[in-house]
Amino acid sequence: MKSIEDIFQLDSPYLLTKDQKKKMLDPYLHDLDNLHYEKCISYRKIVDAIPGGRNKQSDLYLPVRLFKNFDLRSISSDQILKTLTSSGTTSQQVSKIYIDKITAINQTKALVKIMQHYIGKNRLPMLIIDHPNVIKDRTLFSARGAGIRGLWTFGRNHTYALDNEMNVDDDAIDAFIEKFKHQKSIIFGFTFMIWKYFIQELEKQGRTIDLCNSIVFHSGGWKKLQDDAVDNETFKSKVKQLTEVSHVHNFYGMVEQVGTIYVECEKGYLHAPIFSDVKILDPATMKERPHKQSGVIAVESILPVSYPGHRLLTEDLGTVMGEDDCECGKKGKYFLIHGRLKKAEIRGCSDTYAVE
Amino acid sequence: MSNKKMITCFVEALGISEEDVVNTLEYNSIPQWDSVAHMQLIAALEEAFDIMLDTDDIIDMSSVAKARQILQKYDIGF
Ligand SMILES: [Zn+2]
Repeated sequence: MKSIEDIFQLDSPYLLTKDQKKKMLDPYLHDLDNLHYEKCISYRKIVDAIPGGRNKQSDLYLPVRLFKNFDLRSISSDQILKTLTSSGTTSQQVSKIYIDKITAINQTKALVKIMQHYIGKNRLPMLIIDHPNVIKDRTLFSARGAGIRGLWTFGRNHTYALDNEMNVDDDAIDAFIEKFKHQKSIIFGFTFMIWKYFIQELEKQGRTIDLCNSIVFHSGGWKKLQDDAVDNETFKSKVKQLTEVSHVHNFYGMVEQVGTIYVECEKGYLHAPIFSDVKILDPATMKERPHKQSGVIAVESILPVSYPGHRLLTEDLGTVMGEDDCECGKKGKYFLIHGRLKKAEIRGCSDTYAVE
Repeated sequence: MSNKKMITCFVEALGISEEDVVNTLEYNSIPQWDSVAHMQLIAALEEAFDIMLDTDDIIDMSSVAKARQILQKYDIGF
C-alpha cells in the first residue's frame, strides 16, 4: 500500500476534475480492495459470496449496518488504537470501527485539509453550541462529544454557549462577543442543538446577537427538525436573522468514515473532497444512477487501512447534482441529502450482500 | 525552567506522574494520553507559555520530545 502523503500535499481537496481524480484515487482503492480481502476474513467471505466474486469486488459497497453484525477489521488486535462505536437509530446493536495508527493519522490529516479550505490555517475563536460536560465525561462517548473533539483543534478560546442544564449561558456568550467582537470565529454544534437550544431560545427571549464574520458549521441530520418543518433554508435565514451570521455550512459525515466530511458550499451543495467519492445507487439493483436522480448514497474513501471502509453503502438518500461545475468553483461531485432510507429498504440493500 | 513547566503541563493534563514524562512517551501509547487529554494538554501548554499553537502543531505533537521541539519553534528555550 502506497502512502497517500502526495494527496495531502495538494493545496486544496477540491482541485481535481473528474478524470484527474479518478486517476489519482483508483490505484489506492484497488490497493485497499486487495489489502482488505487479504487481511479481513469477514470481508473476504462477503466478496467471495457476491455474484462474480473478486472480479466484481470494486462494485461492492459494504452496507454500514454490517459493522454491527461482524467484526470487520484488517489489523491484529494489538494494532487497534481505538474503537469507534455508533448505536445507529434503528437497532440496539452498536457498530464497531477499528482504527489503527495509520488510519488515525490519515483521518486527522484529511479533516485538516478539508477544514483549512474553509477557515484557513489559523485557529479561530470557537463558540460551541453545547454544554461543557459533553466532552469532559470520557465515558459519554456520544456522537456529539466525538464531533466536538474532532473540530476542537480548529478552535481556540473554546466557549460553551449552553450551561449544564442546557440553558443559553448569556454570560459566556456576552463575554465571547465582547472579546472577539467582529473577529472571524467558528460556531459549531449539532444541527438540532443549534436549532432547539440556541436559535429557538434566542427567538423566545426576543434577543438578537451580533456574531457577524463568524462561520457556522453544523451536522447531525435534519430528522429531529422535521417536526418543526425546518429545512436548510429556514435554518440559515433564522441564524442570519438572530445572530448576523451569513456563512452557514452544514456537513455530512459518518462514524464509518471519520476524517472525510462533506461540507456544504455557499451555493448549498455538499462537496466530495479528494479523499473520497460519492455515488448514488438504485436501492433495488445497486446500479449507479445518473446525476440528478435520487438513490442511496455510496461512498468511497482512501483513508481506512484498518477496516474495510473504502467502499461503503450508507443508509442515506441523496442526489448527485453535478460534477466539476458547481457555481462555487470547487471541482468534484456535489450533492444533496434527503434523509434516511426506510427500514425495509435498508434491509433490502443489505440482503443483496447477505452472507453467513 | 521551561522543561519543568512543560512537564507540569503533561502531569496535570494527562494525570500521570512526573517520572512518566519522558522523551519517548507517545500520543495514544498510554490510555491517559488520548484525544481528550491531548486537548487539555494543548490548552495547558498554551496557557503556561502564553502562546497559540497552530493546527499543524497540535497534530504534530505526537511525543514529549516532539512537544519540546514544537515549543522551541515559539522561541521557548530549553
Ligand atoms: Zn459548490
